[in-house]
Amino acid sequence: MFALIRKDLQIEFRTKETFASLLMLGLLTLVVLSFALDPTSELRLEAAPGALWVAVIFAGVLGLNRSFLVERENDCLEGLLLCPVDRGTIYLAKTAANFLFMMVAQLIIVPIFVFFFNLPATPALASVFLALFLGVLGFAAVGTLFAAISVRTRAREVMLPLLLLPLVVPIFIGGVKVTARVLAGKPLADVAPWLNLMGAFDFIFLVVGWLVFEYAVEE
Amino acid sequence: MQAVRKSVETVLPWLTLVTMAVAIYMVFVKVPTDKFQGIVQRIFYFHVPLAMMTFVAFGLVAVASIFFLWRGSRFWDRLAHSAAEVGMVFCTLVLVTGPIWARPIWGTWWTWDARLTTTLILWLIYAAYLMLRTMSGSGDEGARYAAVLGIVGAIDIPIINRSVYWWRTIHPAVLITRQGGSGLGDPRMQATFAVCMVAFLLLFVWLLYVRHESGRLRDAVEDLRQQVLAPEQQR
Repeated sequence: MFALIRKDLQIEFRTKETFASLLMLGLLTLVVLSFALDPTSELRLEAAPGALWVAVIFAGVLGLNRSFLVERENDCLEGLLLCPVDRGTIYLAKTAANFLFMMVAQLIIVPIFVFFFNLPATPALASVFLALFLGVLGFAAVGTLFAAISVRTRAREVMLPLLLLPLVVPIFIGGVKVTARVLAGKPLADVAPWLNLMGAFDFIFLVVGWLVFEYAVEE
Repeated sequence: MQAVRKSVETVLPWLTLVTMAVAIYMVFVKVPTDKFQGIVQRIFYFHVPLAMMTFVAFGLVAVASIFFLWRGSRFWDRLAHSAAEVGMVFCTLVLVTGPIWARPIWGTWWTWDARLTTTLILWLIYAAYLMLRTMSGSGDEGARYAAVLGIVGAIDIPIINRSVYWWRTIHPAVLITRQGGSGLGDPRMQATFAVCMVAFLLLFVWLLYVRHESGRLRDAVEDLRQQVLAPEQQR
């Protein structure tokens, strides 16, 4: 499994394609949303958590699409499936790699977000990262499964967001809620139900993905 | 088998037609008008059975999907596909009748109430399900992909429902939840509701049967075509 993760990371270190596109799309989303929201308005602060999560989701969909497109080139997926490991292991490795890409991109996107939205750089940002950790994990868990499916359909790039966005609604709502509340200076205990919900989402869909992934990749 | 099919095909449409006619008669003529909500409350007798059948349909999609991945029989795949299509029609009707009722009663077409939001997302998930079906071809692959979505979607629904419920209730905004409220006090209302439930159940079963049957015939035609074409391909 770690060999599989290392393979994905190594490809990424050599090309930096996914990372660069993730980052640029996240950044652009934040900028475009900044235009949508009046910079002087009070509402802007309230909309900030939403903007961050829209950026996360958009960039995430792009990254997930890439993760299996890479495998399609030269039929690498066939080679991957020939590995003497369980299909579930391949799924977990792919999910882990996707999760890592997205989290590393967040390390840069969040400071830019704070900068653009003129937020105070408080320790509360650590809690935002906790929400991002849980959110991105769940997003990668469902997303990796459906990226494997959508890459085999016609209209691949369009299919993934169509499948994925309705399914990750709990992650999105939870992420926005937690971010809004910790930025408003509320203690973490205040958002515990949301963090539990997101954690449960992650766990459930990691297990489901691990179980059904073989049906999504089998020839 | 053929005899059973034949009798189902004769009895079911007529039974559905008669029950539906009785249901419509009861809704428009027999049942007393609601004291508080007035005439518009009568849409309830269609709205709620439709919603219940929607959930039955999507539950069926999940169960059939599990059986398909487990057993691999085309029957389960066709059942999942048919249930998703019929469920989609019912779900759309729920989303159409709902606002018609909500507008005069709640004063708004739409409110982001947990139940409404869940239904909307349900609709989106199964719209994606049907798109996935058309986008991935008619082969075994497409069936497996759809089954994966059918299962994941069904598992996701309770979580989505939980999240949108908290989303609205924690938020101190417009809180116009709880449908109806007045309840069905009058026995004639209860009778009408029961008849409507049966009518929509029959309609659902009939549509499902017809849809499944057409899928079966299509598969049979496809098999025959393969058999006829196979020698040519070998040449």
